[in-house]
Amino acid sequence: MERPLTKNIRPDGKPVFIKEYESLGGYQSVKKALKMQPKEVTELVKKSNLKGRGGAGFNTGLKWSFVPMEGEFEHKYLVANGDEMEPGTFKDRLLIEGDPHQLIEGMIVTAFAIQADEGYIFIRGEYTYAADVVAKALAEAYEAGYLGTNIMKTGYKFNLHLHTSVGRYICGEETALLNSLEGKRANPRAKPPFPQVSGLFGQPTIVNNIETLCNIPHIINNGVEWYNGLSLTPGDGGTKLFGASGKVKKPGLWELPFGVTLRELLEDYAGGMQDGLKFKGCLPGGASTDFLVAEHLDIKMDYASVAAAGSRLGTGTMIVLDDKTCPVGMVLNLEHFFAQESCGFCTPCREGLPWTEKILRKIEEGKGEMKDLDILQFHTKFMGPGNTFCALAPGAMAPLQSALKYFREDFELHIKEHKCSWK
Amino acid sequence: MLTAEEIHEIKEEFHLYPYKQAACIEALKVVQKHRRWVSDENIKDLAGLLEMSAEEIDSVATFYNLIYRKPVGKYVILLCDSVSCYIMGYETVLQHLERTLGIKYGETTTDDRFTMLPVPCLGTCDHAPAMMVGNDLYRDLTPEKIDEILNSYN
Repeated sequence: MERPLTKNIRPDGKPVFIKEYESLGGYQSVKKALKMQPKEVTELVKKSNLKGRGGAGFNTGLKWSFVPMEGEFEHKYLVANGDEMEPGTFKDRLLIEGDPHQLIEGMIVTAFAIQADEGYIFIRGEYTYAADVVAKALAEAYEAGYLGTNIMKTGYKFNLHLHTSVGRYICGEETALLNSLEGKRANPRAKPPFPQVSGLFGQPTIVNNIETLCNIPHIINNGVEWYNGLSLTPGDGGTKLFGASGKVKKPGLWELPFGVTLRELLEDYAGGMQDGLKFKGCLPGGASTDFLVAEHLDIKMDYASVAAAGSRLGTGTMIVLDDKTCPVGMVLNLEHFFAQESCGFCTPCREGLPWTEKILRKIEEGKGEMKDLDILQFHTKFMGPGNTFCALAPGAMAPLQSALKYFREDFELHIKEHKCSWK
Repeated sequence: MLTAEEIHEIKEEFHLYPYKQAACIEALKVVQKHRRWVSDENIKDLAGLLEMSAEEIDSVATFYNLIYRKPVGKYVILLCDSVSCYIMGYETVLQHLERTLGIKYGETTTDDRFTMLPVPCLGTCDHAPAMMVGNDLYRDLTPEKIDEILNSYN
């Protein structure tokens, strides 16, 4: 099984720097891409079926194709989204810390495809080690002539900077991230205009997730057919970093083909549940995805199959709920996070999420009433897709609405017994 | 008053942006790096330097959870309170920290060494529970491990 994204990553996770990276075949895709037309690069990536790995799963090449290629612009920007604040998600950290030049190489090729001259690697403030690794790798890449005003003596110009953030989950939303890069509060922007047309400082901008960008060198080097062949699912190109956390025997992160089943992930890779515990459910792709339960164990982990089961592949890193952990407590923890991280810009999210948290706390503490379940249900509709300014609140409602569906008797038990029986 | 060094570092950031107001967050980071936190007076000084209103800068400063608008100790402990750490029992870790340090979230030890704050998911969920002390990440936490970690900070 080929693992292009993680093939260079050492078992101890220590970074691969430039000498070693070049000896492993690094930066070949830049040489190749710079000989192509920018539009050819975009076309290739479009055909590769690479979909955004930050959670939304939009065709990456198609996203790039919305950047205007005619006309004069002061700048065009490329931004790598390394905010990684989705609870339960720890995949981009590995790629940044373990193989920073793979990211830089992917960004140079992407910048060329959209003809960007300036770029930022946006990393959350808590990833202090990742930031140090990237800073060193950037200096090396400039020194070697892969970045700067005359890349590999072709006259192509691309400057790449590191930006470390100062917190807040909403920075992961691409338009909020752009406001943050401009030094402002990270409130999401109205769309349209889309960032591809008017993004950072009003210029055409592409924001891509770290894992997405790390795929680019391999697509350029090995071609579309090879890339699609990595996946077990037609239509989803490449491999995916899948992860598991919670009370499984071997929590971790694995690069696997799309189409691996949830059961294989849980049993073969995560080693099954810890002794004495049963699988109760999981959030398959981070905190803002709907629960899947035992009946879904044989579904394929790809965008369409997980969506058909009523959830989202999201970031591909699942959080496993066992039978000895209180599902109400877990959902309360999630809604506390979302309420705290609401940017406060739109009313349903700012007011609705703390309300939801308050009711869940009441139920968890044994003071709930049956009518509270109706109020929670009502919130899942009112903060659902289309009713809020961005995707934060609908994301927050995903684990809640699915918990009300699959674990309703556990909510009712708290109310009937006036206590949490898991404590 | 901002020091000459702070002003120099902030002005260096201006080169990276099309206009200096865009360096607002970077400017706050510079001040915090030198002073641990950002005071009302610092905000007013930054307003002069960035040609923004103090209120506008404060609206940015208070938006972000890693910009501190109250004094903090020498080391800030950021304890992950998100979902994987919840499942893996961060509450035990919190209780142990509270007992050992004699502080709750938002408080600073009397010797000014530690301030403890909750933080959203630290992105190391396969090694939960996790926390940061200053710039350092600690994982797979147990009460015994925490004692050892705290003792290594003076």
